[in-house]
Parts: sequence; structure tokens; C-alpha cells
Amino acid sequence: MKAHLMFQDADFAVNQPLPANADQLVHDLDLETLLATMAGKDKLVYNVSKVALLDGLDNPDEITYRQRVLADCFEQPDIVREIYDLAVNAVSDQQKMFWFSSRGTPTRMMWQSPQVIGMYMGYLERLRRIVDEHSDKFGSDGWTTFFRVLEDELDDDYFQLIDEHLKQLKFKNGTLISAMLSFGNTGLEYVLRDSRRTKQTIREMLGVGGRKSYSFEIPPRDEAGSQALEDLMNRGVNGAANSLSQAADHLANFFIMLRTELAFYVGCLNLRERLATIGEPVCVPIPQPWSPARLNFSGLYDVCLSLRNNKRVVGNEANADGRALIVVTGANSGGKSTFLRSVGIAHLMMRAGMVVAGEAFEASTCEGVFTHFVREEDTSMTSGKLDEELARMSVIADEITPHCVVLFNESFSATNEREGSEIARQVLQALIDSDIRPLVVTHLFDLAEHFYENAFDTTLFLQAGRETEAGRTFKVLPGEPLPTSFAEDVFERIGGW
Amino acid sequence: MTISALNQRELKAVVRHSILYQHSYDPSVLDFLPEPTCFADLLLDQITGTITKGREDYQLLPFFYDHLTSRDDVAFRHEIWRDLASDTVVTGLRLFTSEMRDVRQRNSWAEKTHYIQHRRGIHLDAVTRYCEAVKHLSSTLESNEISSRALLDIRDVVTKYASSATFEGLVRESQDLKTKLSGVRYSLNIRGSHVRVLRYDGEADYGAEIEEAFERFQQGSVSDYRLKFSDWPDMNHVEAQIADRVALLFRDVFSELESFCERTNSFVDSTVSSFNREVQFYFAYLDYIGPLKARNLTFCLPEVHESKAIFATETFDIALAAKLATQGTSVITNDFSLDGVERIIVISGPNQGGKTTFSRTFGQLHFLASLGCPVPGETASLFLFDELFTHFGKEEDPTFQSGKLEDDLLRIQDVLKRATSKSVIIMNEIFASTTTQDALVLGTKVLEKVIELDALCVMVTFIDELSLLGPSIVSMTSSVNPDNPVERTFKVIRHPADGLAYAISIAEKYELTYDRLRKRVGP
Repeated sequence: MKAHLMFQDADFAVNQPLPANADQLVHDLDLETLLATMAGKDKLVYNVSKVALLDGLDNPDEITYRQRVLADCFEQPDIVREIYDLAVNAVSDQQKMFWFSSRGTPTRMMWQSPQVIGMYMGYLERLRRIVDEHSDKFGSDGWTTFFRVLEDELDDDYFQLIDEHLKQLKFKNGTLISAMLSFGNTGLEYVLRDSRRTKQTIREMLGVGGRKSYSFEIPPRDEAGSQALEDLMNRGVNGAANSLSQAADHLANFFIMLRTELAFYVGCLNLRERLATIGEPVCVPIPQPWSPARLNFSGLYDVCLSLRNNKRVVGNEANADGRALIVVTGANSGGKSTFLRSVGIAHLMMRAGMVVAGEAFEASTCEGVFTHFVREEDTSMTSGKLDEELARMSVIADEITPHCVVLFNESFSATNEREGSEIARQVLQALIDSDIRPLVVTHLFDLAEHFYENAFDTTLFLQAGRETEAGRTFKVLPGEPLPTSFAEDVFERIGGW
Repeated sequence: MTISALNQRELKAVVRHSILYQHSYDPSVLDFLPEPTCFADLLLDQITGTITKGREDYQLLPFFYDHLTSRDDVAFRHEIWRDLASDTVVTGLRLFTSEMRDVRQRNSWAEKTHYIQHRRGIHLDAVTRYCEAVKHLSSTLESNEISSRALLDIRDVVTKYASSATFEGLVRESQDLKTKLSGVRYSLNIRGSHVRVLRYDGEADYGAEIEEAFERFQQGSVSDYRLKFSDWPDMNHVEAQIADRVALLFRDVFSELESFCERTNSFVDSTVSSFNREVQFYFAYLDYIGPLKARNLTFCLPEVHESKAIFATETFDIALAAKLATQGTSVITNDFSLDGVERIIVISGPNQGGKTTFSRTFGQLHFLASLGCPVPGETASLFLFDELFTHFGKEEDPTFQSGKLEDDLLRIQDVLKRATSKSVIIMNEIFASTTTQDALVLGTKVLEKVIELDALCVMVTFIDELSLLGPSIVSMTSSVNPDNPVERTFKVIRHPADGLAYAISIAEKYELTYDRLRKRVGP
């Protein structure tokens, strides 16, 4: 029995290690703000959403599968939350059975596991009732398959069979175990036997005929003896105890998995509700194959900025279809970084199977998003800083593979413009030739101009913060690179010194 | 409980049919051999430690300390190595030794147990395994082409024993009893602390029933809770009480077992026993070089002789190779040869370039050859020395102390006094802690003495001039890749000393140039 609401044919692994660049992404894209909104106070929702967001899907079909499950959730939020609560309660009930330890001996597992199984059977019956009542309201592959599995596996006869075995497992006639002789006349092949016919008769006890047997008793204070006897028992019940404990585990895993997978969708419900109160739009993104290059969107905004300010923020539009590289130049404080972040987050949200913060978003499905942002404290032009930037780039090179997107924010500017441009040019060209698509915010004019001269057709040039008739805009618009980044503008604006 | 592979009596009995020495010998005499002084410097202490690891009970180290000085003694072992080149011989003999190990183990368990049925059962098992071992030994020696003097001798002795009436009776009786005991089936009915032992009566397998009922909830990768029970054949008092009652339920077969045990108290033949120990010398070495051979490193049986024209090709340090093999790194091999008046190899060149490794290889090669063992390399022709001297200084020693220099000089003086024209001397970075001028003066004095002795010598030094002291000296250097000077090749080649220095270009430190980055990222 599997939930399989995140993947068509696999469990969602919440405890897997995050991609090596996860911390960078969280920091550079301000993902904590997004995750906090999704989670509310639910730590599990936080953890699951974080994994879903940072370790996203690589192919459009998987993304579509989640998008459809999510669409059902948006239609039936109450039922989804009810099943989530049920799974949460089942898991916490087991945690209350503190005496249950899967590391116990087989003999001990023989009485513990049936009790745990009994508890879960109760929750399964409740789940069955929800399914019977509501399954017709769900249409996605994920939900319908899940409901059908429950119906098939958990019929009434099966509930009854399990009930009978749970009673039988109390062994009224003692445990019967068969064995044969092995090396050194020790026992071997201990097998648990059906003991329903094994009562010792009165005749046998009196020693007058009946089955021949020889008995002995372990004295009450012989602890080593009791231990040795339990050891023999363990050998006999090893297989049965294993079956029962595995069943208990399987049930536990089922509820844990159900809780985990639903946590993601509950997070998505929370986010949607919050954005609705701000008045921000969301859209179902259209995931495309990696080639040919696709990236076009409208009304795309930085969701974290919006959540943080609790008000609508400027959205951008662009069409980079067919472009291997995007270069954004222009004024400081002109919305370049915000733009960069909104694209990065949109990629991540699409890869997670979520809705995207914008009016429309269509993109090639990348296999990873990397960020190389200049660090606030790193802007001084010393070689130590360049070292640090190059070291970070080298780490990215270790991890990155073709079909990824890299966001550069004012990278390699910790040296003079010519050197920085040359390093960046080599890095970007190597990435592009390795089928990686960089998105570069830079004030390195030499760099931008190089691509403008040599790769005009495959590069989209955007500009931020241009003065228009209506005054300065924070929108990012198409435009060729200009040999200034308006630093003087800013200097003037803040009043100089 | 430790397992003794050979008991003290066996280690002390005079060996008349040996595969290590041409004449009978008293093994207890070998016990007093100290570790040769060159072992630590050449890492032969590590090597022989690893070689004999897991075989401590056979006490093999003395055999590795006892180097041979006669060509015919070496040839005697080479013959055996040639016989052991056959896989079927090795497989057969290994089976024999592993069964003998089991026998010994069982005898020691039987001695230790308190419970009579347990002891008798173990004894029976020891006898059966011994019978198998002897049969494997004799059939291996008979069914394979064997030409070494030693193994032919062993074959005669063992064949005679294996067809004796005593041995055949042992085989028959032990098998018969084993069959009878393995047919016994009984049940335990346990209620609390009460245990009833009875014959098994065909009751159904309830575990299987449970498994079937809960199968549906078992799919997927859940843990396996089946306890792994040790096969340690120890018996506790509860099992002993059960065994006693099983013996009552099956009276006939257990009284037969009792009389068998009384009649077969001591059953191991002395030649079988000493052969079992000696063959471990060969297997231990084979097991050490096996993984290296699997990595395409070759070993050969060297020519050994009293001539100082020597050579080896594709040779390597086996301690380093064993370490690199575990890391999956490939091993660099080296060649050397001395011809005519050449006696001394002076090695200089970049640090971390394989100089020390080369000098160690030279020493290992000679010592291993003197044990009659295969040596690392494609081909080798080596000198049979009377004694092998080493003096390895500590390159990193930062504290110059006159006391230390004096110690060094005294030790070298001792070496040079004891060395003869038949000795091999290996010196590594001696006087590294003195000034260059002092080191040159002292190094020259050392080499002049070695030249006078006419001994074979390898000297690793940072002083280029030492390679120019005469026609008996050959200069070799550690080398670098000419295309990429920062890359050490670990090759030591015949080359005049030239003291190159290399630096790493900082520009490529992060491997972020276009070419490097393309290679790192692909496709």
C-alpha cells in the first residue's frame, strides 16, 4: 500500500540529503519566507515543502502529475485536510506506544507487534469510510489510484481475517517449536508449529502411556536459563515475529508517507490562501522539455518580496525562447536582483509541481537551479574576495551537470572590469557549451558587450531601471547593454557627500 | 575462545618432510630468530605483518626472517612456486588447509565444553572433517602434475597413509554416525519456564501461516527483523538439558556415538600436521600478491646469483602497491640495472617524486628474492647477499642536534664495518639535518668506503654532486611530466641530477578556465 501522491511510482523521500547547493538557494532566493508561509506552524509541512522545492522534478510528465493532484486539492481542501489530520493522528498514536521497539527480541515482538497492528487497523477502517464517501469527487491519476488501492486491498473479509489472527497469537497451549540435531548435538531449524493440539494429557503427566516426553523446569532465579530459553524461543518465532513487525512497519510507513505527501499539498493550500488575501495572482506553469530552449512569462513577481511586504509587487514579462543566455544590465536598485530571484523561484516552484507566482509561466524543465550571487560583504576589490568567488564557482562546477540553470548576480566583480569580464566570459561560454543556461545580472560592460557582439541571436539582453517618460521604472525591459550601471544616478539620488 | 591452528606439540616436533628446507629441522630453533634490522626501513615489518595476518597460529614470521644464502635452497622453493602456479593444485591444497583449521578449531572446542553430548558431537565432526582434509590432500597431490622435490616427497607419505586400514575405518564409522544423528527430529513445548521435550509429530508450520496472512502489509523495503543467530556452536545448560533428553528419546544412536568417541581419541598424523603449517608460508604470500596481480602488476621468480650485474623491470614497492590497491590508485613501476663496474645507484630529484619508494623497492626485491619468493616485476636478476643493511634518515626532522648527527655517524660506521663485498646497503637521506656542505663531505666519505667495499648500494640524497664520484655510480632521478611540470610521474629513471624546481600556477588554481570547466561539467 502506497500513497504515491507525489510521484506516480515512487515514495517521496523527505529525509534524503538536499542537493549540495540547497543552502545557497535558500539564502540567495530568500526561500525561508516562502516556506514559512507554506508551513504556518506545521514543522512537517515546512520540511516536506523544503525538500520538494529544493529537490524538484526533472521531467514535465512528473510535474504534470503533481499539478493535477494539486488541482484536486484546490477543489476539495477540506477533505484533503481531513485525511492529513487522520494520518497525523495515526502516527502520533504509535508514538504514544512507547514500549514498542522494533529492536526488541522476536519473542517480545510476538506480543508487541499485534497490538500496533490492531491500532492501525482502526485508522484504516476510518480511512476506508472517507474513501467510500468522497472518492467520486477526485479526478487526478494520483488521487484515483490511491483510492482504488485502498478499496482493493482492504475489503471486509480481510479486516476479519486479521482480527482472528490477532486473537490466535496469544498462544493458549504454550509455544510449540520443532528442531533437528546439528553440529555438536545442538538444535537447528527451529520452526514454530501449530500448537492447538499439543495439550499435555493427564495420562502423560502421570507417566502412564500417552506421548513419550521428558520435561524440565527453569528455576525462578536462573536468569541465564531464562535467557537461554528465550533464545530458543527467538529462533522458533523468528520468522513469524519478522512478518508481524514488518506488517506493523509497513502500516506505520504507510501513514507516515501519507502524512508526508499530504503535507506538501497542505503547504500549497496555505500559500494559495495567503496570496489570495494579498491579491497576487498565481498560475499553473507549463513545463516544457529542455530543448528547444523555452522561457517566457508575464506578470512574474518575486513571491517572497510580496509575502514579506504583504502587498503586491511589480511583475515582469520576457520572452527568452530560443536563447541560451540572458544578460540583464542596468541601474542599481532597478529591480535586477528581484527579477533574477523571481525567475529562479519560478523554476523551483514549477519543478516542485506547485503553482507559480505570476500570470503565466512556460519554461524548459531544468535539472537544477544554481545561484552565484555576490555577497554583500564581498564587494571590496581585494584578491581575497575574488578567491572566495572563484572558490564558490568551483564548488558549483563540481555539482552542476548539463541541463541546469545558473543565476549570476554581479559575479566576478571583485577585480577590475577587464579581468572580471575575461573570467566571466570563459565561465559563461564553458557553461553554455555544456548545455547549461546562465541568467546573468552584471554591470561588467565588457562582458555584456562581448556576447552582444558575438552571440546576439542566442542571447536575450534586458535592462533594468530605465528612465521613461513616467519616471524611473523597476521593470526589466529588453535593451542593449550600456557602458554604465547608473551608479552615479544612485550616488546623486542619495545625495552624494 | 581463541582458535589454535596448531598445538604446541606440533610446533615442536622435528619436521622430517619439509617444503621449506631441504633437510629435517627442529622448528623450535627458528622461534628465536629476531626480526632483521632492515625490516622497519624497508617496510618489510608491515608487509610481513599483513602477510601473516589471520595466520598467527601458524607462527610464520620466523620463516620470513630466515633469508637463504644458498642458490640451491632458493631453487628448492622456486620448484614449489612453479607447482603452485597451477590453480587446481592451489585450490586443492587450500581446501585441505581450511579443513585442517576446522579440525583444530573443533578439537579445541571439544576440550572446553562442559556438556558430554556436546563434546561427543563436536568430536565426531572433527573426525569427519579431518578425513575430508586428508582425502583432499592426497587426491590433490596425486591428480596433478607435480615436479618439486618437496611435494613429491609429501605425496609419497600422504598416499601411503590415506590407504591404510586405520584411516579407512575412521572414515566409514564417522560417516555412518553422522547420517543417523541428522535424522533425529524433536519438539519443544514451552509454557513459561516449563520445557517439555518430545518427538516431533508432523504439526503444521504456523509461522508460514502468519506470513501469508500479513503478506499484504509486508511489501516494500521494510527492515528485516529476523535475528541473526550466531552459528557459534557453544552449548548452554538449557540446551544441554534438552540434548540429554533428546538422547533419552533416541537411545540407540547416542550410545553408538559414545563408544566411537572412546575409540578415536587422537587422530591427526604428524606429516599432515607439519605440511599444513609450512604450506601457509606459500599461501600467505600468494594471498598478499594476489590482489596486486589482479591490478595488472606482475611478479616473477628472479634469477639469484653471486654476480653484481643485476636488473629488474616494471618493479614496485609492494607495501605502497598494497596501500594504493585498496584506494584504487594505479601503481607506478620502475626499472633499474647495474652492469660492468656499476655498483651504486644515487637517486636525486624532486621531493614526493618516488625516491624513497624506489630505494625501498630495491631492498624489498633483494630480501624477498632471498626468501625464495616471487618478486615484484616483469623480470629480475638479483644478487644473493650475505646481509642487507639500511639506514633511513628522517627528512622532516626539524631539529638539528649534534647528538643526532653523532648517532647517525655511529650507526653508519657500524654498517660500514660489518658490510662485506657481498652486502647490500641502502641509505636514504642520511645527513639531511646537517648543512649541505657537511652532508656533501660526509656523503662523499660514505660512498668512497662503499666503493672500496665493492658492495651493492642505493643512496637517496638531495646532493647532486654525490652522483659524480666515480664510474661505479649510476645517477637516477625522480621525474616530472614534461607537458605538465607540476605533475610527478613517480618514475625514477637514469638521468643526470639537475635539481629542477616547480611551482603551481595560481591562475588555474580553481580549474575555471574554459577548457578545464568544459571538462569538469561535460557533456
